[in-house]
Amino acid sequence: MRAFFAPWMVGPNAEPTFLVWIVATLVKMIAVFTVYMVGVALLTLAERKISAWMQDRHGPNRVGKGWLQPVADGVKNFVKEETYPDAANLPLFILAPILSFVPALITWSVIPFAAPWGSVFGNIEMVLAPLPVGFLFILAISSLGVYGIVLAGWSSNNKYALLGGLRSSAQMISYEIAMGMSTIPVLLLAGNVSLSQIVNQQAFETWNVLNLTVAFLIFLVAAFAETNRLPFDLPEAESELITGYHTEYSSMKFSMFFIAEYANMVTASALMATLFFGGWDIPFTLWDNVAPHTALKTLLTLGCFATKTLFFVFLYMWIRWTLPRFRYDQLMSLGWKLMLPLALAYIVAVAATIVTLDALGFEHGSVPFHVGLVLLNTAAVVILFMIVDRGRLVSPAYSRLDRRDLEKLRAVSSPHRAQPVSQAGD
Amino acid sequence: MPIGVKVVERPVEQTSYMRATLGGMKRTIKHMFEQKVTTQYPEEKESISKRWRGTHRMLTTEDGKAKCVACGLCPSVCPANCIKLVPGEDEQGNRYPLVFEIDEFRCIFCGYCQEVCPEEAIHVGRHYENAEYSREGFVYDLERLMAQTHPVCELWDPADPKGE
Repeated sequence: MRAFFAPWMVGPNAEPTFLVWIVATLVKMIAVFTVYMVGVALLTLAERKISAWMQDRHGPNRVGKGWLQPVADGVKNFVKEETYPDAANLPLFILAPILSFVPALITWSVIPFAAPWGSVFGNIEMVLAPLPVGFLFILAISSLGVYGIVLAGWSSNNKYALLGGLRSSAQMISYEIAMGMSTIPVLLLAGNVSLSQIVNQQAFETWNVLNLTVAFLIFLVAAFAETNRLPFDLPEAESELITGYHTEYSSMKFSMFFIAEYANMVTASALMATLFFGGWDIPFTLWDNVAPHTALKTLLTLGCFATKTLFFVFLYMWIRWTLPRFRYDQLMSLGWKLMLPLALAYIVAVAATIVTLDALGFEHGSVPFHVGLVLLNTAAVVILFMIVDRGRLVSPAYSRLDRRDLEKLRAVSSPHRAQPVSQAGD
Repeated sequence: MPIGVKVVERPVEQTSYMRATLGGMKRTIKHMFEQKVTTQYPEEKESISKRWRGTHRMLTTEDGKAKCVACGLCPSVCPANCIKLVPGEDEQGNRYPLVFEIDEFRCIFCGYCQEVCPEEAIHVGRHYENAEYSREGFVYDLERLMAQTHPVCELWDPADPKGE
């Protein structure tokens, strides 16, 4: 047996042979796809459970104590009738759910989900496609997600769906910019666009969230907007647009949009974990980052990565029950007037700091270098929380009124207010 | 006096949206671990009032016959006209109902039939689970009314208006 495998056993540090690489990639693809889809199915349950708990309810607990609820939902969606609107553009109508679903799945191919495994067959990287341009790939793919939603809205030939599609295109394009800009400081620090390199840099230095908190906050908000989750779920705003772009969809096509939403959530969470929280890195230790890369290390780092990702998924649901939906002008002004300038200013600040620290002769990754970055970060966070975020982040409805008009309105209403309630009716 | 435009005073300049959001998140996470308020319906049921007026029940004598003497008061008092009564008489001259049907769909559950009944035979019941597969199922005949076992309504007592 051992003799049979001998040609492929190149040792833990060498590159695997082509055949081993193919087999390993296939296994990884199947494993990632299966875990991902089952995870997304369970997330629908998790969402309902967490929603219920936050409202002092129990949530689904009938079908197999609640655990089989996703199965029941899936079966229901498969056997339900599919309806097609007469006026729909049928090819695009069918294409739209696929288009919204696939980009979320593709993004996963470049996210490193565990430490590499130095097996006897060679060093196997725990990422489907270790692209050297990983991050650029993600930016390119994630901007494709908007097509699914826009096409769904347009091809349904329904006014609500169209409005939802329009809103989502404006929203996603606006926040795409802030999202891309917020990650440039990360690339500046890593000096690379490969996600494995970004993870490694964080593992050996510090997690980016400690150096680049503002970038993280911008990315977080933009990710919420990109995935159309509350408080930015304007494309499907039930109270205004029925359900927006998927109003006309039924049965499994409707389900596809839901799966796409959750898949996008998981992907965005994984990206946040990778870019700002060290990816699969186990905190406070370098044990997992250095050779020998045993299978145990791979499993533990996989668990660490899953924990971080699931935390952000939980954050999505947590925020959902905390914040109400934004008004459309609030959404747009937040994206264009605040997040974009903030991201640009932050790039300049971080780049200037790095150049200054370089000029002063501090090495990348050295302690004084990090002290400098953390000082900058503290200053930026204080400015953001104490000065920028004072009634400017989300403006109330009357903020566009002239100051004098506001005073006039208040004067008109003040005698009414000054009277005690009991005399108001006289 | 002009119609007041209510401009709610909001502390705009002092408020940080992000800090307010963190406060909100604290509130929601606290609720996650709080006592749940749901009643798990089929397993546990809310107790209903003693004066609950639900579907009817006909009480019986010890030998299993309906207490009803077919006096005809309940169909005459019924505001919804949902009681159908055909009286009969046996050899001893005792009146009894040949047909006694209540259409529970027409019934408005006012409880007048129970109040007017001289023999305390017909009652509205403390009962609310009334699913049927057909409309006809909601016309309860005498056997069905006698077969019901749920507790009956206690009528409003003028001496005890709050039902204590």
